[in-house]
Amino acid sequence: MGGHSDETLTLTLNIWRQSGPDTAGEFETHSREASPAMSFLEMLDVVNENLQREGREPFAFDHDCREGICGMCSLVINGKPHGPESETTTCQLHMRSFNDGDVIWIEPFRAKAFPVLRDLIIDRSPLDRIIQAGGYVSVNTGAPQDANALPIPKQNADLAMDAAACIGCGACVAACPNAAAMLFTAAKVSQLALLPQGAPERESRALGMVEQMEAEGFGHCTNHYECMAACPKGISTDNIARMNREYLRASILSR
Amino acid sequence: MNAPPTLDSKVPSGILSDAWTNHKFALPLINPANRRKFKIAVVGTGLAGASAAATLAEMGYEVQSFCIQDSPRRAHSIAAQGGINAAKNYKGDGDSVHRLFYDTVKGGDYRAREHNVHRLAEVSVNIIDQCVAQGVPFAREYGGLLDNRSFGGAQVSRTFYARGQTGQQLLLGAYSALMRQVSAGRVEVRTRCEMVDVVTLDGIARGIITRDLETGAFERHSADAVLLCTGGYSNAFYLSTNAKTCNVTAAWRAHKRGAFFANPCYTQIHPTCIPVSGEYQSKLTLMSESLRNDGRVWVPKTKGDQRPPALIPENERDYYLERRYPSFGNLVPRDVASRNAKAVCDEGRGVGSTGLSVYLDFADAISRDGRATIESRYGNLFQMYERITGEDPYAQPMRIFPAVHYTMGGLWVDYNLESTLPGLFVLGEANFSDHGSNRLGASALMQGLADGYYVVPATVTAHLAGRKLERIDTSHEAFAEAESASRARFDKLLNINGSRTVDQMHRALGQLNWDHCGMARTKEGLEQALKQVVQLREEFWNDVRVLGDGRSLNQALEHAGRVADFMEFSELMMKDALTREESCGGHFREEYQTAEGEAKRDDADFCHVAAWEYRGRDQQHQRHTEALSFENVQLTTRSYK
Ligand SMILES: Cc1cc2nc3c(=O)[nH]c(=O)nc-3n(C[C@H](O)[C@H](O)[C@H](O)COP(=O)(O)OP(=O)(O)OC[C@H]3O[C@@H](n4cnc5c(N)ncnc54)[C@H](O)[C@@H]3O)c2cc1C
Ligand code: SF4
Ligand code: FES
Repeated sequence: MGGHSDETLTLTLNIWRQSGPDTAGEFETHSREASPAMSFLEMLDVVNENLQREGREPFAFDHDCREGICGMCSLVINGKPHGPESETTTCQLHMRSFNDGDVIWIEPFRAKAFPVLRDLIIDRSPLDRIIQAGGYVSVNTGAPQDANALPIPKQNADLAMDAAACIGCGACVAACPNAAAMLFTAAKVSQLALLPQGAPERESRALGMVEQMEAEGFGHCTNHYECMAACPKGISTDNIARMNREYLRASILSR
Repeated sequence: MNAPPTLDSKVPSGILSDAWTNHKFALPLINPANRRKFKIAVVGTGLAGASAAATLAEMGYEVQSFCIQDSPRRAHSIAAQGGINAAKNYKGDGDSVHRLFYDTVKGGDYRAREHNVHRLAEVSVNIIDQCVAQGVPFAREYGGLLDNRSFGGAQVSRTFYARGQTGQQLLLGAYSALMRQVSAGRVEVRTRCEMVDVVTLDGIARGIITRDLETGAFERHSADAVLLCTGGYSNAFYLSTNAKTCNVTAAWRAHKRGAFFANPCYTQIHPTCIPVSGEYQSKLTLMSESLRNDGRVWVPKTKGDQRPPALIPENERDYYLERRYPSFGNLVPRDVASRNAKAVCDEGRGVGSTGLSVYLDFADAISRDGRATIESRYGNLFQMYERITGEDPYAQPMRIFPAVHYTMGGLWVDYNLESTLPGLFVLGEANFSDHGSNRLGASALMQGLADGYYVVPATVTAHLAGRKLERIDTSHEAFAEAESASRARFDKLLNINGSRTVDQMHRALGQLNWDHCGMARTKEGLEQALKQVVQLREEFWNDVRVLGDGRSLNQALEHAGRVADFMEFSELMMKDALTREESCGGHFREEYQTAEGEAKRDDADFCHVAAWEYRGRDQQHQRHTEALSFENVQLTTRSYK
């Protein structure tokens, strides 16, 4: 944690500039002032406002809810996906976490499966395709049984909710030395494995999602646990262990 | 154009509680084999859009789904925290479909259509069943059954929740159903793809024009029905609790093609938001109003009292909600709580460096229940508050201020959720339908899912089977015209090359709306603002600066397109506020209040929906009305004293 004063921070910002998916990118350096009460993205807004007044194009970066829930924001800040604070998305990060005179490096999430579209924006559509491969319960809209006809032990419901809290941001991929999408995939497999609703499709889900993950070009997990450290929602690697058990079980059963 | 459409609400006759069942029976059916011949464009993937797209695809229709974000899962619905209502009566505390219906009509200050609200209350029960079947991890009790809480001042516990992430979990449920249909090949999802116009043929909606936000390409999509599920327009105020891309563009474009806009002045201002901290402020953060269950709202009794809160003795504090509303106290409805906060700040008794906030104090609750209890109830919210403000709410009171949060107004729809533009259906926050002039907590999620899972999948047949729809090809002249108009608009924005950024212009518009069409409105203020907004719009089209080109990802250009529509829309919102010469729900006209400063409705002259017709560039909008009749709930004055 950095300075809590109300003074202005003078910062040197090195921000990634890349005009399109097929062009090379590079860092561009800007010196800017910021107030500690600003959010990190508001600081970037101000950078962009100034650039536009000077007739230069703003940096493109993804964001939407700006309150840590939509998973749209990304950014690697000083080498860390979502920046220095734990369990905090980039949009929730505030400038009071930095000190006057800091040099800040801002770049996109980097992974083979996430090509850069422009500046700080990447393509995360592989994550949707992993869900398409089985991250659901096959139930049509209709008139299912009364919700309370299926009691679920609170403990399991709570664990399922812990896993379901994933916002699909992809920081786990960006943090992983192998660019694996294990934590993301495991969070969904786990949520549904913990609930009786998920039981009938248990095997096909584990196999389908893991295979899709590999097909998208994500790397393999070699137990670095960087994913959990970067995850803004504190998704636990216990989920990876659970997914591995599910996958193993399914592989044996499907033989 | 055909003859101007009239406002036929298509409300079924007969007993209210049987109306929906009877109506469904009367609707035409389309046999499963024929459904695949119909193509439905669903714009938006929030609760309304994702649930509709998934359900229609399950039924066998060919569905195309569109959203602005890079994944359907990121729609603004994801941000809803508090919960979703349903008349399950699991707590046995006297809840029923009728009570939920009654509360919603009353909470809406008698400006909603009874039949729509009753249907909403009826299907609320199915929604919870459906979500649980999908694996939505709602909060549970130790016995394994679903937990409920009381929310937003309701006298019964009917709110289902998933920690503070109810919207997220419901949306992920609908999203997973949608993804299942994508993998089954029945839905094509287009992400980073913005609808910029509706295409009409012979007065019927037959498709849309989109702009691919990655490549800038304009595309034509034909459809047999178009569903707008594009959310609310709170961002007309620039600062709101909505996500940054929330917009009125889709609704406004449809409006200009024939869909009437209803009650645009009904906006909801949420009382418990984190106050503005500086000029750079980009959005406002809502904190769940469950905080008002234990927090006490107060300001100093004396104007300009600058002492830190701890140094202000008890007898010099004004717990104004408890004082003015002894029976509801801090739990008065949103509009009442917000207005009172504004009033005390206007008197110069606001706190914080800007004077634009009031205290929400947990000291009594902490000393009564212990810090651990308060932490278990509100831990996340306290943490969020501290993260944003750098202040510790366990040690000093929170500071809160109202912010624009939700828009009850929207495109006019009939009982089938069809707009005045035939073939164009409107779902979720984008329509005007169920909340009257004030929405109760935890009922927007309910409405979005009701519309998408249950209502439109049943009612869309009235259009598909009831009208003769010629095959239409995207090479048709109507598509070419709409595409070139959109293209021209974006080219124009790029060619102005003025001196002010889009953000600057958006902020100016937001300030104007907030000052004159916000929590309290006056004839004089609105008349003045109406002149200013026209001028601002002109400045925008002459002086905005959008750099870059239209053939690649260009966020400033996207934003400019949305702000341009907000500029036009805001004028209509102000006009609607000016013509509604009464106060009701979220619409407070200072001229119309009781001696105690409460909203004064005028049921003799304004017990109606105002639906505005666009009549062309240089024409004035035409105001139409749909009379509201209350046969099952008696019109009374809301009282929370
Ligand atoms: C902070 C917050 C908390 C809330 N909490 C609650 C709560 O606890 N309970 C409750 O009931 N309600 C709550 N609400 C209200 C509720 O979340 C919303 O009203 C509701 O989710 C709206 O859902 P929707 O499906 O209509 O639209 P949205 O979820 O807003 O979705 C709009 C969709 O349309 C797409 N879109 C928009 N324009 C275009 C375009 N031109 N082209 C293509 N796509 C477009 C977007 O990409 C998005 O997919 C809350 C709201 C906020 C802001
Ligand atoms: S597991 Fe965590 S880091 Fe990975 S996508 Fe989900 S929320 Fe983001
Ligand atoms: S912008 Fe939504 S999580 Fe950061």
